[in-house]
Amino acid sequence: MKRTRGVFWCGLLLCLGLSSGAFSRTAEHSKFDALQGPFNTGPAVTKACLSCHNLAAHQVMKSVHWTWDKISPSTGKRLGKKIAANNFCGSPLSNEPRCTSCHAGYGWKDQSFDFTQQDHVDCLACHDTTGTYKKIATDAGHPLYEPREIPPGSGKIVQPPDLALIAQQVGKPGRNNCGACHFNGGGGDAVKHGDLDSSLIKPAKSLDVHMGVDGQSMVCADCHTFNDHQPSGSRYAVRASDPHGVDLPRDDHDRATCASCHGEMPHREGKLNDHTNRVACQSCHIPEFARGGIATKMLWDWSTAGKRGADGKPLFISDEHGHLIYSAEKGDFKYAQNVRPEYKWYNGIVNQIAITDKIDDSKILEINRVEGDANDPKARIWPFKVMHGKQPYDKVNKTLVVNHVFGKDDTAFWTNFDYAKAIQAGMDYAGLPYSGEFGFIETRMNWFITHMVAPKEKAVPCGECHTRSAQGRLAGLTDFYLPGRDAMRWLDVVGWTVVALAILGGLAHALARVAIARRNRRSS
Amino acid sequence: MSTERVMIYKRFERFWHWSQAILIIGMMITGFEIHGTYHLLGFGKAVELHTLFAWTVLTLWAFTIVWQFTTGEWRQYLPGLRNVDAMIRYYLSGIFHGGKHPFNKTALQKHNPLQRLAYLAFLALMGPLIWGSGLLYLFYNEWPKFGLDAYLALEWVAFVHVLGAFTITTFFFVHVYLTTTGPTLTSHIRSMITGYDDH
Repeated sequence: MKRTRGVFWCGLLLCLGLSSGAFSRTAEHSKFDALQGPFNTGPAVTKACLSCHNLAAHQVMKSVHWTWDKISPSTGKRLGKKIAANNFCGSPLSNEPRCTSCHAGYGWKDQSFDFTQQDHVDCLACHDTTGTYKKIATDAGHPLYEPREIPPGSGKIVQPPDLALIAQQVGKPGRNNCGACHFNGGGGDAVKHGDLDSSLIKPAKSLDVHMGVDGQSMVCADCHTFNDHQPSGSRYAVRASDPHGVDLPRDDHDRATCASCHGEMPHREGKLNDHTNRVACQSCHIPEFARGGIATKMLWDWSTAGKRGADGKPLFISDEHGHLIYSAEKGDFKYAQNVRPEYKWYNGIVNQIAITDKIDDSKILEINRVEGDANDPKARIWPFKVMHGKQPYDKVNKTLVVNHVFGKDDTAFWTNFDYAKAIQAGMDYAGLPYSGEFGFIETRMNWFITHMVAPKEKAVPCGECHTRSAQGRLAGLTDFYLPGRDAMRWLDVVGWTVVALAILGGLAHALARVAIARRNRRSS
Repeated sequence: MSTERVMIYKRFERFWHWSQAILIIGMMITGFEIHGTYHLLGFGKAVELHTLFAWTVLTLWAFTIVWQFTTGEWRQYLPGLRNVDAMIRYYLSGIFHGGKHPFNKTALQKHNPLQRLAYLAFLALMGPLIWGSGLLYLFYNEWPKFGLDAYLALEWVAFVHVLGAFTITTFFFVHVYLTTTGPTLTSHIRSMITGYDDH
C-alpha cells in the first residue's frame, strides 16, 4: 500500500510537471527584449537574466555549486572542494583556471575571485537547453568568446557558442547540464564516480531504470530536487537511510533518496522488506557500476609521474582500449568496467580528511572513512567504488599537500615535471605550512554507488550474499550472522555423522536380516 | 492364519501422513540449501518454498490437532514403558530369526510401544524445537517489537533450528527403514496407503 502510494504521488508530481519541466510555459524567453543580445560575455547574459530573476544569483551564491565550501551536516567539519582531500587530481588551489571550468561561475582564476559579484554567477551552465553552451576547460569557467585553435597547433578551430540564442532558450536543467561536470569529474568521462558517466545522457532502461529513455526518462533533478537553487543530496553526508520516507507534495521537496518515492517497505515479498533496516537499496539494485560501456578509473598512482620517453619528451602510454595507462603528467592509471562494488557498513557519518589534517603515514590512508557496524541501528550495508591512490604528502608535517599542476609558470608540474617545485608552489599559494620534504602515501577513497540502478530483474540474487563462498559479496563483513553464509560448523559435523550412522545402521540391520534369513533357509 | 482386514489408518490420517511427508521432505531439501550445504534452487527460491511449506504444515497441523481431539485419537500418543523391552528385543534379535512381531496393530492401538515413544518425542521435542526456532527465525525483524532482541541472538536461533533439522532428518531415515520391518517388507507402507492392516 505504502509502495503504491509513494509511486502514485511521484507519478502525479511528474504529470504536473513540478519537477520535469514538461509544462506549458507562460513566458517565452525568446521574446524578451533583455535577451535579444548580442552578448559578448557570459556575465553579460547573467546580468540580463538577473534583470527579471532578481533573487537567483543570491540563491546560487549560497549553494555548494558556487561556494565549493561546505560544513558537513553530520560531522560539522568544514569541507568542500577547496579543502577536502581526494585521490584524483588533488586540489583546485593554484590550479583554478583548469578546475573552475566546472565552477558555476565566471572568472575564478585565482584567490582574488569575488564571490559576492552577482554577474559572476553562470546561469547557462545549468539552464542551457540547446547543448551548445560549453565552458572551455582552461578559462576559469568562461565559454569561448572568440574562435580558437584547440588544442593549440592542431589546426582545429572551435567556434564560440551563440550566447543570445542560448539565453533565449533557457529551461530546466537536463542530464547534459549536470553531466557536463558530474560525468567528467576527475578530469574525464567516467573517471571519478564509477556510477556517473556520459552513458547516462541517453541510457537504456537496462542501464538506469529511472533515466532510461525507453522508460521513465527521468533527469537528475527529478531526484536531486532543488530548493532556492540548493541541490539535495550530498556525498559528504549521504543519508544511510531515509526514515522520512515518501515525500508528499507539501513536503521538504528533497527527493534524493530511494525512499522518497518508494518508501521503506517497497517490496511485495515480506522477506525482502525485512532487509531494508540493514541493507541500502543500492546494495541489491546496483549489481555493478560502470555498466554503460565506459571504464572508470580504479587506480591513480602519482608517484610514477614525470617520466620521459627515449625522445626526451614526456611519456604517455595507452592500452589497447585507448585508455591512458601512463601519463607523465599524472602517473599510472587502472580502469575497469562492470565492477562489483565493495560493501561496507555506513551510518551517515563520513570522516572526510581535509588537506590541512594531520595524517597517519604508517598505513594506507583512508581519505573518507565511512562509519558504522552491524550493531549500529542507523547503519546500512552500502556499495562503494573504492578508489586506490598514491599521492604526495609532507613527510615531516604529516599532511597531504597542494600540488601545483596547471599553469604556464615554471613551477607547474604539468609543464616542468618537478614535484619539489610544484608542491612548494602549491603550498605557498594555499598559505599552508610545508616542510619541503615530500613522499608518497597510498590512499583509498570511498565513492558511494547510488546511480545506474538496474531494473528489478537484474537485482543481485539472494545467493550472492547468502553463500558460504569466499567470493560472496558480503564475505568481508563478518560482524554479524548471515544465514546461508555462517553456521556452527561442528554442528554440521556432528549432525551429518548422526544422520549417516542412522542410514548405515538401517543398512547393516537390513543386511543382517537378509544374511540370516538366507542361512536359515539353507540349513532348513 | 485367518485374514482379517482392519481399518487402522483413517482417510484423514493418511492424507495427513503423506502430505506431511512430502512437506517435510521439501523442507529438508530447501532447508539444507538455505543452510548453505548445497546449491539447487538458489537461496531466494529455497527460502520462498521453505516458508510456504512451513505455513502449509502449520495449517495441516491445526486441522490435525482438532482431528486428534475430536476423535480421541490423541490417546494413540500416550506413552508407556510396558513392552518397550519386547520391541527392542524383537528388533535386535527376533526379527532375524522369523520371530513374531510382539505387537498387533488394532484400531485402538495402532502404534507399538516404541512408536508411541518416538512419535511423542517427535511431537513434544522435535516439533517445538523446529517450530519455535523456525518462527523466531522467520519473524527475526519483529524481535525488537516484543523486546526479544535483548535475549536472543540469530546465531543461536539458527543453531537450534539446524539442530532440530538434523534430529528430524535422522528420525526420517530411521522411520523409513523401520517401515520394512513388518510381516512383509511393504506391509507397513501398504497399510499407510490403504488404511487396512492384514492380520
